[in-house]
Amino acid sequence: MPSADIVIAALVNGLLTGGVYALIALGLTLIYGVLHIVNFAHGSLLMVAMYGAWILSAWMDPYVALPLMAAVMFVVGWALYAGVIGRIGRGDDRTILLATLGVAVVLDNLALVVFTGDTRTIETPYSFDMIELGPLLLSTPRVISFGVAMLLACALWAFMALTDTGRAIRAVAKEKEGARLVGIRPARIFALSYGIGIACLGAAACLLLPTFYVSPQVGNVFVLVSFTVVVLGGMGSFPGAVLGGLIIGVTESLGGLFLGESLGQIGISLVFIAVLLFRPAGLFGARA
Amino acid sequence: MKVYLAVAIAALSPFALGSQFLVNLAVLTAFSAYLGQAWNIAGGFGGLTSFGHAVFFGTGAYLGAILQTRFGLNPWLGLPAAAAAGGLVGFVLGAAVFRAGLRGSYFALVTLAAAETFRVLANSLEITRGGLGILVPGAPGFWNFQFLDRRGSYAVVLALLVLAMACAAWLGRSRFGARLIALRENEDAAAALGVDLVRTKTLALALSGALTAMGGVIYVQMFLYVDPTIAFGVERSLEMLLVAMVGGAGTLWGPLLGAVVLHGIADSTRVLIDKPGIAPMLYGVLLLVVIAFLPGGIAGAFRAKPARA
Repeated sequence: MPSADIVIAALVNGLLTGGVYALIALGLTLIYGVLHIVNFAHGSLLMVAMYGAWILSAWMDPYVALPLMAAVMFVVGWALYAGVIGRIGRGDDRTILLATLGVAVVLDNLALVVFTGDTRTIETPYSFDMIELGPLLLSTPRVISFGVAMLLACALWAFMALTDTGRAIRAVAKEKEGARLVGIRPARIFALSYGIGIACLGAAACLLLPTFYVSPQVGNVFVLVSFTVVVLGGMGSFPGAVLGGLIIGVTESLGGLFLGESLGQIGISLVFIAVLLFRPAGLFGARA
Repeated sequence: MKVYLAVAIAALSPFALGSQFLVNLAVLTAFSAYLGQAWNIAGGFGGLTSFGHAVFFGTGAYLGAILQTRFGLNPWLGLPAAAAAGGLVGFVLGAAVFRAGLRGSYFALVTLAAAETFRVLANSLEITRGGLGILVPGAPGFWNFQFLDRRGSYAVVLALLVLAMACAAWLGRSRFGARLIALRENEDAAAALGVDLVRTKTLALALSGALTAMGGVIYVQMFLYVDPTIAFGVERSLEMLLVAMVGGAGTLWGPLLGAVVLHGIADSTRVLIDKPGIAPMLYGVLLLVVIAFLPGGIAGAFRAKPARA
């Protein structure tokens, strides 16, 4: 049995990781909530953003690159939806899922061709800095990433709640035809929402890079995690995505502590299956 | 009739090939077609788009390898054991998932998570030797499905392929198949007509799982090694899906066409640009093209022509 200190450290570290999971999942849940698309390309687009941040790291710090990467990924997401996914999908759930799968396969292997299969990391002056907090020793970049991720989550929430564009997005999510009647163009809102969802990945990539690696397959690590977070929180729910992200971060961390590095990964897929089987609406979902 | 004759000649021609290299290509293509057809039974005919069929493949592969290395059981006996295990996994998974009312994307994601769960287990348990994987001793002979002449392997894979094709053909003309296809086309209407949704879908998944698991046993005898990623990795699941989707999901000949096309791409790009990633990238593009322009896959494109004329 590990001592209390170690358990608390694992708990806090899990929360820190969970903050970034929450940001990734916010993008996914926004896309689901508005477009009803299960975006299987989410992990692969995160991978693309991480390579973007990795390339930019030659000129600037990843945290400085964050707004730029978010903007770039917004454009990528917009273009991808307007050019590929929105055209192919034809509104059929299965077809859209396969379209996003096709995009994921193309992106993963394009990255393999361009960047080879090597695992890349970056060195920042603060990569190994620690903050002492009582008995805890926390990695500085992970604390920063957590804080920024939570800040961005609040900003996104405020955008959705307070701006006209946010209201339009929520209107389309609730009642597409009604929104069209009052002069909102759903097609634009769809591309915009997909763009915002992918922009979250641009930000998350910059937050991950100082302490994580990037490789063409890195998206696979996050696909199941982000879907688990979204399903646990309730598909389309913002607070659900944040809470779900934190819970999954902690689950992963404690699973690793108690079950060992290898078996500990089982927690996420088991939570995923269990939630879908027994409480498909998740914690905050309205749909049963 | 001409078509059947041409297919039969094409299928038997590898036996006349002298080059082991070419026979090997035929073995790999036929094996992909077999797994694609196994996927197609649930994913195509039943519309149960699985992203995690590796859960069945790996179950069969590990079961065969463990029975053989730990218990000295002959792979000929491993084959029915794997079919039973794959069928059981499909049955349990299907019963749980369809009873909970999950379909479409949710079904796809649950199968993905199931395969991932099994991968983590295989990576952690002692009986599967964790990440080390299991080496199966090479002992060429008919009774081990191991052949120095690749034409022997081809005969085995071809026999499996014929079995899977027979199952698919049966679905195309049996009452069970009609119920399954009715559920795919319109779940509510089929249920209203008295089709038992949970039972029909679960049995289809079990059949598909049993066939896929048998492929796992043969894979291990051909390559003499299995590890968690080979058995349960996403690539395995995706290949099965791509073969069936590109060729034509829900058609009898689709997986065969899909396997020929995908292996054709793989081998021709290997000659032109030998870089990892090129061929799978083209598969992805092909998948997008197929779902955008050829909803019935390549096989569907052939069939649609006379109907339109």
